[in-house]
Amino acid sequence: MYDVVIVGAGIIGTFIARELSRYKLKIAVLDKLNDVACATTKANSAIIHCGYDAKPGTLKAKLNVLGNPMFDSICEELDVHFKRVGSLVLAFNDEEMNTLNELYQRGIQNGLKNIYVVEKEQLKSLEPNLSDSAAGALYAPDCGIIGPFELAVALAENAVENGVELLLNTEVSAIEKNDELFKVQTTAGVIKARYIINCAGVHADHINNMVSKEWFKITPRRGQYFVLDKSAGDLVSKVIFQCPTKMGKGVLVLPTVHGNILVGPDSEDIEDKQNLETTMERLEHVRTAAMKSIQNIPFDKSITSFTGLRASAEKGDFIIEESNDVKGLINVAGIESPGLSASPAIAQYVVQLIKEINGGFAEKEDFNPHRKKVMRFIELGDKEKAELIKNDPSYGRIICRCELITEGEIVDAIHRKAGAATLDGVKRRVRPGMGRCQGGFCSPRVMEILARELNKDILEIVKDSRASKILTGITKEQ
Amino acid sequence: MYDVAVIGGGPAGLAAAIEARRNGIQNILVIERDRELGGILQQCIHNGFGLHIFKEELTGPEYAERFVNELNELGIEYKLDSMVLEITKDKKVHYVNSKDGFVSIQAKSIILAMGCRERTRGAIGVAGTRPAGVFTAGTAQRYLNMEGYMVGKKIVILGSGDIGLIMARRLTLEGAEVKIVLERMPYPGGLTRNIVQCLNDYNIPLKVSHTISSIKGKDRVEGVTIVQLDESGRIIPGSEQFMECDTLILSVGLIPENELSEKLEMRLDKVTKGPYVNEAMETSVSGIFACGNVVHVHDIVDYVTEESRIAGRNAAKYAKGELKTEGRLVETVPGNGISYIVPHTIRVNNIENKVDLLMRVRQVFHDVRMIIKADGEKIREIKKSHLLPGEMERVSLDIKALTCKNIAKLEVEICEGEE
Repeated sequence: MYDVVIVGAGIIGTFIARELSRYKLKIAVLDKLNDVACATTKANSAIIHCGYDAKPGTLKAKLNVLGNPMFDSICEELDVHFKRVGSLVLAFNDEEMNTLNELYQRGIQNGLKNIYVVEKEQLKSLEPNLSDSAAGALYAPDCGIIGPFELAVALAENAVENGVELLLNTEVSAIEKNDELFKVQTTAGVIKARYIINCAGVHADHINNMVSKEWFKITPRRGQYFVLDKSAGDLVSKVIFQCPTKMGKGVLVLPTVHGNILVGPDSEDIEDKQNLETTMERLEHVRTAAMKSIQNIPFDKSITSFTGLRASAEKGDFIIEESNDVKGLINVAGIESPGLSASPAIAQYVVQLIKEINGGFAEKEDFNPHRKKVMRFIELGDKEKAELIKNDPSYGRIICRCELITEGEIVDAIHRKAGAATLDGVKRRVRPGMGRCQGGFCSPRVMEILARELNKDILEIVKDSRASKILTGITKEQ
Repeated sequence: MYDVAVIGGGPAGLAAAIEARRNGIQNILVIERDRELGGILQQCIHNGFGLHIFKEELTGPEYAERFVNELNELGIEYKLDSMVLEITKDKKVHYVNSKDGFVSIQAKSIILAMGCRERTRGAIGVAGTRPAGVFTAGTAQRYLNMEGYMVGKKIVILGSGDIGLIMARRLTLEGAEVKIVLERMPYPGGLTRNIVQCLNDYNIPLKVSHTISSIKGKDRVEGVTIVQLDESGRIIPGSEQFMECDTLILSVGLIPENELSEKLEMRLDKVTKGPYVNEAMETSVSGIFACGNVVHVHDIVDYVTEESRIAGRNAAKYAKGELKTEGRLVETVPGNGISYIVPHTIRVNNIENKVDLLMRVRQVFHDVRMIIKADGEKIREIKKSHLLPGEMERVSLDIKALTCKNIAKLEVEICEGEE
C-alpha cells in the first residue's frame, strides 16, 4: 500500500517524486519502460525558456516564469550541468519585427524583466554566425540549456535516496477506485495507493480515461532533430529561435551543455504514440529551415538524428488538476513546451495541490536534498587525475575514446540508486556512445562492464528496451 | 625523456617504432589504448595480408604477430590499455592507464599512428527508428572475431567497403543469411578481389546505386527500406522496396582519428581528413610525424607498413638532428580526376633515391593515361586500363625527376581518350 503512486518516470514524474520525498509518505514511481527518462524527456530541445511565449494567464505562462529562476538552485543541489546562455528570437522582415514586439509585450505581461528587442546592428556582436537576413531579435539572457535526461536521472536518484521506490517495466493496465483506495493493475501485479499522480506524458490520456469519465485526448506532436559533433560546437553560443509565423514556430539552432549543436525540431501531429521514426523529408525540412537562421551549418558533422513526441492537450494549456469524478487522481498532462522549463514549478504546484487535498503532510527530518554527479575524470586537473587513479585504478582505463569516459565512471553509473542497466542507460548517464563514433569502439567494452557488474550473461545485455537485444548468440568456434 | 614516442600500437605504430630502432634510436615508447598490440589487425582473421611485404598470405593476427615479435626482440618499450589525452607542440605526451596513473613524458619526436574510425549511421543520415541491431562493420567484426558473439541472423549490409565485404562472408560462414549488399555509388567501394571472394563465391547479391532510406523496428531492427539512386545520387521516386531483416551492417567509410591532431592545431587535408605531411611523413608541427590510416585510409596493410617505415626512419633522423629542413620544396597537386596525393610536399634534400606518391582517383576510369607534370610540363605518362577510387594508386618517382630542374610543383592528372 502506497500513499502516492506516480505513473511515469519522465522529468515531471521524477520531479514530483523528489519533491514529495520531503514528506513522510510511501511513494512509488512506475514506468512501463526499462529506464527513467525514456520518452519525451530524452528527446526534446533541452531548453529552459524564459516565458514570453505562452499566453498570459495560462498555466504554461505562470509556471514557466516561476520555473526558470528555480533551475540555478535545483541544479546546484543535484549537481546537474545547467548554463544560462541566453536566447535570440530572430525576425527576418517588418511583419516579423511586429511579432517580436508582441512577444516582448507578452513577456512583460507574464512578469519578465530581463528581455530586450535588439536591432540588426547589434546581432552580429551577440552571435557572429547569424544570417545577414536577420532584421532584429528578441534577446532573453536568462534562457538556459540543460541535459533533460541527466536532470531526470538526478531527480530519480535523489528521490530513491530519500525513500521513493522506482518500479520500472511496470505498465498500468487498469485502475479501479473503491473506498478511498486505488487498485492499480500492472504487469508487475496489483499496486494499491491513496493517490495517483498521472505523469504519463503522451499516454496520460490513456491512464486518465481508464478510470475517469471525463476523458481528454493527448496528441503526440512529432519533432525531429540533428545532433552535430562537438567540433561544430562554436557555431552558436545562444539558443537561436525563429519568429513564429503562420507557417509555424520555426526551427532552432542551439548549443547543448556538452558542447554539441542541436538543430530542430519540426512539428507534425501524428496518431501513433509509438512512432519515433525520423523521416528523410522532415529532416530535409529541418535542414532547410535552420539555414534561414545560420547559413553555414556544417551538416556533414551530423553525428545522429532523433525524434521526440510532444504531449499536446486539446485545450492548449497544461492540465494540472485533481480529476472531478475520481478524487485522489491528479492529472499532470499535456506537458509540452515549456514543460521542462516549468518542471520545478509544476512539481511544487502539484505538491501544494495534493497537500491541500490531504490537509498537509508531515515533513521528514532526514530529507537529503543533495546528490553528487558521477565524477567526470577528464574535467579534473592533472594532480586530481593521478590521485583518483591511485585510489581507484578503474579511472585510469578510458573506455570511450570520443568523450574520454573511464571505466570508473561507468561502474559508478551502474551501481547508483536508479542506476544504469542498459547500454543506452549508461550512455544517457555518463555519455559513452554520445560522441562521433556513436559507440562503435566502446559499446563492446561497455557491454562487458554491464555484464560483469550486474552479474549477467553478456547476451542478456540490451540496448534500451527489454526486447532490444544486441547479440543473438555465440559464434560456431566458441 | 624519450627520443621517439609512438602513439598507437597497430600496424603503423609497430612498423614505425621498429624502423626507428633500426635507425639507431634506443629510447622509444609505444602507447597503445587497447589491451594488446596489433590494432584492428587482431580482428581481421581472414587472410590476404602480407603479399607485398612478406610475399606470402597471412591473416591479420599473423601479420601483426611478426611485428609484435620483432618489437619484443628489439626490446622496445610499450604501454597497453593506455590512452593519450593530450600532446603538446613542445612534444609532451600526457597519457593515463590504471597501473601508472596519469603520466607525462617528454619526447624529442612523436609519431602519430592512431588509425581511423568508421563512419556511422548519423554521418550518412539514414532515417527511421533507432533499434538494436545496427552495427558498423568493424564493430560487428570485433563482436564476432574478438568476443565470439553473433550480431544477427538476417543481415543487410550497406556499403561495399572492404570490411563490409569481408563481414558478408564471415557472417555467412557463421550461418547468418546475408540478404544483400548495397552501394550508393555506381561502382563497388572495396577491392575487386574481395567482391569476388566474399560476395560472388557465396552468391550474395550486390546492388550498386542503391541505398537505405529508412530503418524500421521498435526494439530490434525489423527491416529496411531500400531505394535506388539516379546518376546524381538522388532517390528515384517509386523505387522504395521494403526488405525484412534483423540486422543492418554499415560499411560506409573510414575517417582518420584526428582528435589529437586537431588539438595540436596541425594542418589537415580536407579530402583525406588526415594531416598534411611531407616526404618524411612529418606533419605541419615540426618533429611530429604521422603514418598509416591516421594520414589517409589505406586499402592494404602492406602499404601502411611501408609508409610507417618512412615515418620511423625520419623521426629517428629528427631525434638525432639529421633531418634537413632547408632546401627546395616541391608541392604535389591533385589534378583532374585525382582526389588527393600523399605526401603533400617534398623537400628534395631529404630524398635519397626515389619518392612514392600515393593517391586515389575520384571516379572509375577505363583506358586512361595518368600524367605526371613538373611545373606544367609532362615528365611521365602511365597507361591505365582500370582505375577505381577503392584502389589506391602508387607512382614511384626517381630523384632525378625532382632534381633535374628547379621544379616547384608536381601535378598528377587523368587524361581520357587517346593522345
